Amino acid sequence: MDSRLRGNDADIFGTSQTDAAIAMLDKVVIANRGEIALRVLRACHTLGIKTVAVHSTVDRNLKHVGMADESVCIGPAPAAESYLNVPAIISAAEVTDAQAIHPGYGFLSENADFAERVEESGFIFIGPTASVIRLMGDKVEAIKAMKAAGVPCVPGSGGPLGDDAVDNARIAREIGYPVIIKAAGGGGGRGMRVVHTEAHLNNAVAMTKSEAKAAFNNDQVYMEKFLENPRHVEIQVLADGQGNAIHLGERDCSMQRRHQKVVEEAPAPGISEKQREEIGKVCVEACLRIGYRGAGTFEFLYENGRFYFIEMNTRIQVEHPVTELITGVDLVREQLLIAAGEKLSLRQSDIKLTGHAIECRINAEDPDTFMPSPGTVKRFLAAGGPGVRMDTHIYDGYRIPPNYDSMIGKLIVHGRDRDTAIARMRIALSELVIDGVKTNVPLQQRIVADGGFQSGGQNIHYLEKRIAEQREKNIALG
Amino acid sequence: MDLRKIKKLIDILEESNLAELEIKEGEESVRLSRIPKGGVQMAAPAPVTHVHMEPPRAAAATAPVPADHALAAAAAGRELPPGHIVRSPMVGTFYASANPESPPFVKVGQAVKSGDTLGIIEAMKMFNQIESDSSGTVVAILATNGQPVEFDEPLFVIG
Repeated sequence: MDSRLRGNDADIFGTSQTDAAIAMLDKVVIANRGEIALRVLRACHTLGIKTVAVHSTVDRNLKHVGMADESVCIGPAPAAESYLNVPAIISAAEVTDAQAIHPGYGFLSENADFAERVEESGFIFIGPTASVIRLMGDKVEAIKAMKAAGVPCVPGSGGPLGDDAVDNARIAREIGYPVIIKAAGGGGGRGMRVVHTEAHLNNAVAMTKSEAKAAFNNDQVYMEKFLENPRHVEIQVLADGQGNAIHLGERDCSMQRRHQKVVEEAPAPGISEKQREEIGKVCVEACLRIGYRGAGTFEFLYENGRFYFIEMNTRIQVEHPVTELITGVDLVREQLLIAAGEKLSLRQSDIKLTGHAIECRINAEDPDTFMPSPGTVKRFLAAGGPGVRMDTHIYDGYRIPPNYDSMIGKLIVHGRDRDTAIARMRIALSELVIDGVKTNVPLQQRIVADGGFQSGGQNIHYLEKRIAEQREKNIALG
Repeated sequence: MDLRKIKKLIDILEESNLAELEIKEGEESVRLSRIPKGGVQMAAPAPVTHVHMEPPRAAAATAPVPADHALAAAAAGRELPPGHIVRSPMVGTFYASANPESPPFVKVGQAVKSGDTLGIIEAMKMFNQIESDSSGTVVAILATNGQPVEFDEPLFVIG
């Protein structure tokens, strides 16, 4: 519903916040591509906000570019020269007279320097402040801040590792093997190494440091206890930067391959209302303490009934739809409202979780080798029906460029309970047709039909184990 | 309604047989009238065509083409004269001269060498010189002073 159609929030003195807030967000630059850019565009439409689609030369044919009010080509195909090109994006905001920039996820969404330059140039960055992004981007500092805020963390070194091998060995012994060495500038599964015995510790630290230097230009590493069979459970939050913050429950993203999420669901099987309230409250307080603004996700490893903070993502996430379907909240629309200066219209008591939602990421890749499979979508038939949502930018004849990641959409279902959601997903996956490129739909079908997945609550190693088992079986069968 | 759109509308009007073009976009509207060379206004103007520039909302099964792109295509569809096209290397605002008082860097028909400055693009308060990457004669100047330009947009043709 267009906010301007809402009655003015006039009090007895006849003043109103609504019109002034919406006037501030007249036009938004969508600094991303693919399905998330389309998602942001749709949220802008709900608020009557004009849209500017910035895109690379090979992305002129993107669905949201065709739907936006204006479009600006910002560079050639390579992301470094287009979607990561800070001056080009800010310039595009200048020439189109936009007010704000939405960074989506990936690309520059968690780049504190970008957020800073956006604000310095006189635009609104739709997300937290640069200093908060910077704080959460440094995984060591983030953990320190969370600990101070009372968020339970994985037992660890509590700071960067030095060069003293004896010292590091002592830390590892105190934590208890196995331990994991992580890059402070990493995150999202990158820059990590597991160590099982002291004999391997020194080498592991040295190698992780040099990899971190090469990948993140930051050789700081830290150590944590390696949890052997955790689940990945994360909490969604919204904060308006004006003293109000709420949580919207959790998501279970344990179905992963090589640290990439494949299937996500909400709520997490087996988490009680009491546990949810407890961890949710802790996250909300942490938000207020660090002055968080916008949508954010606290990521935890969950083992033996306990939550352990690993990192915070200061942006909208790929899997946000599952939370939207069980809460009825449009998270991207809330991002826009918060950026426009509106106070959170939702209170914690307004958030009720209804039913169960599951999301399957659809990638243009070989379902067995996982090699990306760019090309032209010769035929696309979306799944549909009650409780089925397809977030995708592809269409008949769409040419998937080879220059970006292989995710071409998300198939999300909602049902009154987990079994209904699973049944819905099986039907939806069987309806979905994407001809012309290889996709991971067959893999998704196997996952959803898998007994272990159907029981629920599997840990983050489960999917890789099942894929490996399947591969051995195939080899044995010749 | 920004300058780019109005410029593209002018191009469409020029290329067509229309005498007048009126565009409504929300509460804004623009009306363009053509006065033929010689300054004599036509006694009976051709019928006015109303074009609505609503962003296409329908989820099209085929490749969607937005109003903006249609305009760009129309403008680009105009044949560029043969020669080497100098394209914009960045997003910004094009200026034909160093400052409002100076003459433009180049004129149509002017001989240029590789490396000569053809124009300026301003972005984030910084001015970037656009240099010719070939030698020859300026056959066409495709951008106007103060026009926002995007990456790869054709600016000059050097023949």
